[in-house]
Amino acid sequence: MSDQTGTSGAPGAPGPHLDRDGQGEGRGAAQAAAPPAGVRTLERPAPLAPGADPAGAARGADEELEDPVEALLHTETSEGPQEMAPRHATLPEELQRESGAVLRLPEGFVLDPDDWNVEVGEDQTMIVNMGPQHPSTHGVLRLMVELDGETVLRTKPVIGYLHTGMEKTAEELTFVQGCTNVTRMDYLSPMHNELVFSLATEALLGVELPPRATWIRMLLCELNRISSHCMWMATNGMDLGSTSMMIYGFREREMVLTFFEKVTGLRMNHNFIRPGGVAADLPDGWEDDVLAICETIPGRLHEYDEMFTGQPIFRERVDGVGVLSPEAAVALGATGPILRSTGVAWDLRRSLPYLAYDQVDFDVVVGTYGDCFDRYAVRLSEIYESVKICRQIVEKMPPGDYRVADRKVTPPPRGRIDESMEALIHHFKIFTEGFRVPEGEVYVGIESPRGEIGCYMVSDGTNKPYRMHIRAPSFVNLQTLPVLMRGGLIADAIAITSSVDPVLGDVDR
Amino acid sequence: MSEPGAALAAQRADGVIVGSSRGQQVLFPERARYRSLVEELRDDGFEMCVDLCAVDYLRHPSRSLPAGVAPERFEVAVNLLSLSDPRRLRVRVQVPESDPELDSLYDVYPGTEAMEREAYDLLGIRFLGHPDLTRILLPEDWEGHPLRKDYAIGRVPVQFKEAPGRR
Repeated sequence: MSDQTGTSGAPGAPGPHLDRDGQGEGRGAAQAAAPPAGVRTLERPAPLAPGADPAGAARGADEELEDPVEALLHTETSEGPQEMAPRHATLPEELQRESGAVLRLPEGFVLDPDDWNVEVGEDQTMIVNMGPQHPSTHGVLRLMVELDGETVLRTKPVIGYLHTGMEKTAEELTFVQGCTNVTRMDYLSPMHNELVFSLATEALLGVELPPRATWIRMLLCELNRISSHCMWMATNGMDLGSTSMMIYGFREREMVLTFFEKVTGLRMNHNFIRPGGVAADLPDGWEDDVLAICETIPGRLHEYDEMFTGQPIFRERVDGVGVLSPEAAVALGATGPILRSTGVAWDLRRSLPYLAYDQVDFDVVVGTYGDCFDRYAVRLSEIYESVKICRQIVEKMPPGDYRVADRKVTPPPRGRIDESMEALIHHFKIFTEGFRVPEGEVYVGIESPRGEIGCYMVSDGTNKPYRMHIRAPSFVNLQTLPVLMRGGLIADAIAITSSVDPVLGDVDR
Repeated sequence: MSEPGAALAAQRADGVIVGSSRGQQVLFPERARYRSLVEELRDDGFEMCVDLCAVDYLRHPSRSLPAGVAPERFEVAVNLLSLSDPRRLRVRVQVPESDPELDSLYDVYPGTEAMEREAYDLLGIRFLGHPDLTRILLPEDWEGHPLRKDYAIGRVPVQFKEAPGRR
């Protein structure tokens, strides 16, 4: 799997040193002291008999409703509280999940029966709420953490505080309007949201895009990856106590957003990538703007590198903290930098290329240990790779039209509307009624800065999606939190949550 | 422009119907066969379950399905991914309205835990064997499952009034 990929440790490549030969002893010591977390050698006890299930008894007591009509209404909705239950009222299966025991173990792995449930009794542990209003949760993420002293035993993310029913909203919007909806999900990488929606719609329509539209999309997505990772550098720095990093990261992100504003008219929520191409051609002189970004960012990244990579305070916070094994990452469905930090060289741009990623040269950067430092290093190196891709796009940008020449999908050019009645009617029909998409269903997945963002789209032949489901990378990646946190200190919870990079708009949708 | 999914339907040796949608391979197992099929697919090299979602076909019962698949109201679509040999595969299983239950994939892919909770929360599909089948996006006391097609969209009545004058 890894033979087709390079790492940034290759000679001459900039970036942090992912090949850890000759790195400081502090990291090695941390590795040796902390056992490899993720897959723990836990035995799986037999499930309790239904009669002996303490959780069932505890929950059943709350659900007794006197009014039969009310009971009928509540039958499907009283499946129990979302919060973390006390230890005695938790199903064994769930306890195993919190401790990572359900993750598939390699063949012949010996389980230690004494390692299961070795924790102290319930009176010695404490369940603490972190969030939803907590600066390090990047929005409204609530974490329920069970502590034994300072050590984290179980973690349960409680989400939904930003849920606005965007998948239901999408069923009420036409395919033309849909991009305005999905772009608000993962608000740090709006381009990727729009792209995955457009690609799914185009797969159902069966239209072929002109090359320039594809390359413009690729340029915007890579710039968006830069801005998103710079934003992560900023927030991660602040979570770990480096407030100046917050300012630096936002400064670099603002460069990209200024370019986006010039191209799309908006800094965020662009609605620029649309089914059938992009909304407009790139403005004159865009090459200079992109090259200016490509000139500036690597120098700034070098400053980050100096500021963080070798700095002992930062390294103490991230080395060997929140370790994830590749097996656990794959079993939990983690994608993006989290998966790559464990050493799995999986990048959809390389493995299942979309747009024109098979025509540009870049490295898939992988880590070694899957800890917080690796996730930092992978993201930092990915910015270098994105800059590399942007430079190639500037060189190779083909001429031509920026949207598909299908009059049923693309509105007529502005100039034609003044001359032709048909053009005016077409324009009016597309923006009021939209276009009809043939019946069918399709799944499209692309690599967003946070991992695989996917769109499962079902059409019934009308102008609105029958069902639009977004596979949100943050939503799935959040499942790694209990595994990452277990056995660590409560102080590390901040570093770990930050390194997972959840965007709560994407989690809750 | 479009290819009907029914045209390319075939049957595997074990009776699972194989279809295709826009060039993507789709398997249509029976409900009882669903879990064991996904387990076999995992052992065949589909290491990751990237997505699991449910669809309510209440208003679109005449969708094109391959011959031999009886349409039901609900459908659960599971998207699998092979990392070692990059390819995707989708499993679509029909779930009847009268008994919206399906085996949980939790033991096969632990990463489906949150996705199955989401499908339960928004469409009311119950997953048997799921360790913690509670609502995930909506509050605990929410009634109904909003992504079902018979769940009306809430509207806030907007009253238009004359703008207040200067006086």
